[in-house]
Amino acid sequence: MATGKEIKKWYFAFLAIWTLIADIPFLFMAFTSLKTQMELLMGNTWQIPKKPTIGNYLTVFEGSFFNYLKNSVIAVSVSVVLILLVSSMAAFVFARMKFGLNNVLYSLIIAGMAIPIHVTLIPIYILTNKMKIYDSILALIGPYVALSLPMSIFILTEFMREIPIELEEAAKIDGCSMFRLYSNIILPLSRPALITVGIYNGTYLWNEFIFALVLTSTPEKRTLPLGIWDFQTKYGSDIPAIMAFLTLSLLPMLIAYILGQDKIIKGMMAGAVKG
Amino acid sequence: MGKERSAKLWHNMGILLFLAPALILIGVYIIWPIIMSFNLSRFDWDGISPQKIYVGFKNWIDLMHDTIFWHALGNNIKFIILSLVIEMPIAILLAVLLDRGGKKFDIFKSLFYLPMLMSSVAIGVLFKYIYDPQFGLLSGILNFLHLDFLAQDWLGDPKIAFYSVVAVICWQYIPFYMIFFIAALSNIPQELYEAAKIDGATQGQYFWKIELPLLSPSIKTACILSLIGSLKYFDLIYVMTEGGPSNATELMATYMYKSAFASFKMGYGSTIASAMFIIITTAGIVAYFATRQKEA
Repeated sequence: MATGKEIKKWYFAFLAIWTLIADIPFLFMAFTSLKTQMELLMGNTWQIPKKPTIGNYLTVFEGSFFNYLKNSVIAVSVSVVLILLVSSMAAFVFARMKFGLNNVLYSLIIAGMAIPIHVTLIPIYILTNKMKIYDSILALIGPYVALSLPMSIFILTEFMREIPIELEEAAKIDGCSMFRLYSNIILPLSRPALITVGIYNGTYLWNEFIFALVLTSTPEKRTLPLGIWDFQTKYGSDIPAIMAFLTLSLLPMLIAYILGQDKIIKGMMAGAVKG
Repeated sequence: MGKERSAKLWHNMGILLFLAPALILIGVYIIWPIIMSFNLSRFDWDGISPQKIYVGFKNWIDLMHDTIFWHALGNNIKFIILSLVIEMPIAILLAVLLDRGGKKFDIFKSLFYLPMLMSSVAIGVLFKYIYDPQFGLLSGILNFLHLDFLAQDWLGDPKIAFYSVVAVICWQYIPFYMIFFIAALSNIPQELYEAAKIDGATQGQYFWKIELPLLSPSIKTACILSLIGSLKYFDLIYVMTEGGPSNATELMATYMYKSAFASFKMGYGSTIASAMFIIITTAGIVAYFATRQKEA
């Protein structure tokens, strides 16, 4: 049997190896983005750039990068605000109101979590064309909000159920209306759950690909993941420029992660833990 | 009486008003599309012409005889098995090691999370170039280690392409399941370890007698998540190979997408989507009840 010290050595060896596996691709990406095409073709791929250049980043900035970024910010932030509003209203009813169809409706919506969203892709594409909103950010917001609702309503309802009934009763005696109860009492108390739901949907939608691929077509209207897709189609052979684009596209998430590590991780996991 | 009635009416109106946005959105973007998908599966339609040709169950019969679809479904199943076999053990091992290290290992945690921050498209494009036979990182490293003979056309060879892509997907998802298990481990009461320590337990015994049994509900959940995820997977495969070379990496979702939006067969695409719906929903229900019964 190995002694404690020897085991610790193995721990570290394994963790070190996994660090390499997990992170070397990122170093390759960052290093390559600072190389010229010439240096990449001539030298070893894993080498640190000898004369780092920001030329590739300038190439990316000359393209539509900021437009893709802007579209992503708009599509995701509008969607998240709407998701929070619509799902918290529904969750408030499911968690705090008594009415005949409460359980039936709630169960039906929760069942929506298990639905493979791909089955909705073709009909939503047709619908988007019929509504004459194809190739617009608006085309994305509808499905983004709707497809996020089952999970969001579930998380919020379960959270709101835990809020003590006494608070509500006190407010009712004071003559508080349903709307005031929602906006002044339940909503502020649900802050932690709202943040989790917001981060979960925000990170998921920030990276969403297939709906953006199907519902938009021009760079003017596309989001960042599609920007990567378009850029690599256009600059297929210019690997350093593509790596610069990838590095830039990672930055917003990296910054968000550094600012709120624990919350981001908790948010990303929310869907899974509940699933 | 009248006052009470009107109060009740207001109450019900309020409920309706609060639920309406959610119900309308779910109706328009989830329920109607599912019905529509099954409906469209009985038509031949290119998605453009105003005329849809009713063909009854022809698309479904074609699907039954479509070797590409069965091959894609087979790939989905292979993909389920590979992800379970590769992702779960590594994720559990990493989670256990990080959990035992405590706060000291926080830096490793952060380093391991990185793949989770990247979008699937970005990961797909990055690894396309890592796999590049001429100036990719992988051949560079193999060259450097004098292992040139191992170098392959990772994505171009139909025999290897599927495994090359699955390796990347595992790389992407291991951190996700790792955190999932770290969260579960943090719920194990410290007293259990202390009791085991008094009994003179070894590191291995901690793992087999305490950690693994207490993780098992989480492992089941993770396996269901992975199963469903593998059945509807699309992003990385489409970005890295578009299902090629010669359908080697085809999955149901990529085949559905290509049928509908590249070959303009909306009816047939809808048939594939509807079949996916049936398969995934059934698998989900079966997996759910199978794991629930065992727990009881």
